[in-house]
Amino acid sequence: MRYLNEYRDPVLAKAIVRELHRTATRPWAIMEVCGGQTHTLVRQGIDEVLPAGMRMIHGPGCPVCVTPLEQIDRALAIAGQPGVIFTSFGDMLRVPGSHTDLLSLRARGADVRVVYSPLQAVQLAEANPDRQVVFFAIGFETTAPANAMSVLRAAQLGLTNYSVLVSHVLVPPAMRAILDAPDNEVQAFLAAGHVCSVMGVSEYVPIAARYRVPVVVTGFEPLDLLDGVLRAVRQLETGRAEVDNAYARAVATDGNPAARAAIERVFEVSDRAWRGIGVIERSGLRLRPEYAGYDAEPRFSVTDITAREHPDCIAGEILRGIRTPMDCPAYGDGCTPRTPLGAPMVSNEGTCAAYHAAGRRRPAPGTDAGPPPTGSPSDAAPPAGSPSDAAPPATSPAGVDPHLEGSRR
Amino acid sequence: MSVQLGDLTCPVPHAETERVLLGHGSGGQLSAALLRDVIGPALAGGGTGSMAEDAAVLDLGTGGTLVFSTDAFVVNPREFPGGNIGDLAVNGTINDVAMMGGRPMALSLAYVIEEGLPVDELTRVTAAVGRAAAEAGVPVATGDTKVVGRGAADGIYVITSGVGLAGTARPAATRARPGDVLLLSGPLAAHGMAVMSVRENLGFESEIRSDTRALHRLVADVLAAAPDTHVLRDPTRGGLASALNEIAAVARVGVELDEQAIPVDDPVRGACELLGLDPMHVANEGICVAFVPADQADAALAAMRARPEGAAATVIGEAVSEHPGRVTVRTLVGSRRIVDMLVGEQLPRIC
Repeated sequence: MRYLNEYRDPVLAKAIVRELHRTATRPWAIMEVCGGQTHTLVRQGIDEVLPAGMRMIHGPGCPVCVTPLEQIDRALAIAGQPGVIFTSFGDMLRVPGSHTDLLSLRARGADVRVVYSPLQAVQLAEANPDRQVVFFAIGFETTAPANAMSVLRAAQLGLTNYSVLVSHVLVPPAMRAILDAPDNEVQAFLAAGHVCSVMGVSEYVPIAARYRVPVVVTGFEPLDLLDGVLRAVRQLETGRAEVDNAYARAVATDGNPAARAAIERVFEVSDRAWRGIGVIERSGLRLRPEYAGYDAEPRFSVTDITAREHPDCIAGEILRGIRTPMDCPAYGDGCTPRTPLGAPMVSNEGTCAAYHAAGRRRPAPGTDAGPPPTGSPSDAAPPAGSPSDAAPPATSPAGVDPHLEGSRR
Repeated sequence: MSVQLGDLTCPVPHAETERVLLGHGSGGQLSAALLRDVIGPALAGGGTGSMAEDAAVLDLGTGGTLVFSTDAFVVNPREFPGGNIGDLAVNGTINDVAMMGGRPMALSLAYVIEEGLPVDELTRVTAAVGRAAAEAGVPVATGDTKVVGRGAADGIYVITSGVGLAGTARPAATRARPGDVLLLSGPLAAHGMAVMSVRENLGFESEIRSDTRALHRLVADVLAAAPDTHVLRDPTRGGLASALNEIAAVARVGVELDEQAIPVDDPVRGACELLGLDPMHVANEGICVAFVPADQADAALAAMRARPEGAAATVIGEAVSEHPGRVTVRTLVGSRRIVDMLVGEQLPRIC
């Protein structure tokens, strides 16, 4: 298939891995910003074939994961109200709020529907004039244009029964927040290709210059990721810190002006809370005053809802790339895709879910972790005080893994 | 309705345990849990079949061996490219009987119809039942029709049972052995994506057609060519990943797949990519996977390929003694990852 098969060529992939091993002389730490990239890295085991010591730090770019708990509680409060059709992208449905999730609410009778485009939600509002249709407008710069278009379309149609629950966040402020943190270990970024396809690459030039970090705009296929890592390493090895567009087949330098215009017409930049990270200044979007009539929060009186995270969940540290799921005592045990404690276990793009889907398991305490897989950086240098946290390789006997056993019976 | 959040007492983590979720019917881990925790215990002692199989094998003493299976079809939409709920039910039940080595003899057919269903639609569904049964050479021998009030069902539900006589070959999930070669009779995920493309009105440019078809003739040819075939399974709900995980778990073998070798037609792959779905988790209704001892694998593969419904058959991996209970796939950079069962509903991701 064009644009897919070429980027999944195993011969080329292995050639890039070899080149990476020839090029890297130091244990570089590179963050892939986007959850889609994390998914490909883990799914293909790319992080396991990197040169010894080198590691990928998984970034905060999972829209489901960074949506604050209280925003999910607001969604649940709205979806539970009579006469509401609550619409959302699919993978928000399983994200746990403080007490329940949208799927469970649906099983108890709420009208919760998956849509593939926010414009479908507008069509629902048009077709159901006696119902209130609410769309959960979450995500990064990628989903913002379509979400903005839904508001513009509703305005054009004069709909009074459509509203959006907004939780939009922006990538560059999060990258700055990560780089500003005193415990930051990120030395280079793979920027999220699809975000750049909307916004262009210019926002990253000042970040690369000020923080002296290479920023490689990277796609989502296995060869995209390998190429992105190689380009980042080449910059690091030669002391350069530039913005490099390695995803030119989708990303124009100035992005997509029409999509940007739609965002600017409907939204304005605002402070936003990120789940697990906290409030980052000017890191999100809210409706402009002229479109405030489409804001679901005042319409359904849910503005006052607050929430507190589960104490065992280390999602915040995972989203900032400080710790991995292997460092979490709940991972794979108290916290699984069936019983998620935090959002990174829910979305396909969440780091914990990506690890879990790829079968990475923490061994039970006191059991043999098996031989560490070669070249796996997290195993080569386990965090202090957690010697049993190594990821069991796929070849370790299933007998060491009670969680997996239990789930199959 | 109104849901009072304060009334929900589930503590965190609040895995829903008091109500049945849609995901409980997806053929993945939630389905397995429902069987294990609720249905299995109540039937223990009374049941004769293995919960790991889609059909029961009943010894009739001197009268031979009967294969017996039942299935309820609730697909939405009821009509989709490549078939409708009628031929889906007939083919699905024939396949469940065939996968246990049974030669399907007869079917039962029950309808639960919602008041208000257009008679035209009932006619189309029943025509498809008749056509599929005639093509397969397996008659509908008995049946029942019930009508329920509007809202008590969604259009029409179709329940079919099938009986067949087993020959000498007795494929069963427990018989998978290290060294077995895994054959797949056709490309993955066509049925699930065909249904989804219509249900969600996705407007794909190229039409994806369901692969619903009867496989009993292909199975008969495979068992004639490779009588020691250990396992046959049609990976329906939950997809290939769930079927292989179930087999690996009950047979205590590992399964190693070659991702590049698993056939997926381009339009189907494109649709899966677009929605963030894994073809290995998507339902199929017209393919089967076979675990065949290595010395008979070529013969089994040739037998599959000789039939039109198995023309695209191919080797996708092998059973191994390492990592019993686990299914792994070799990635293109040469690492291995575990292929797990689907957890609940497959949910399209955001971007």
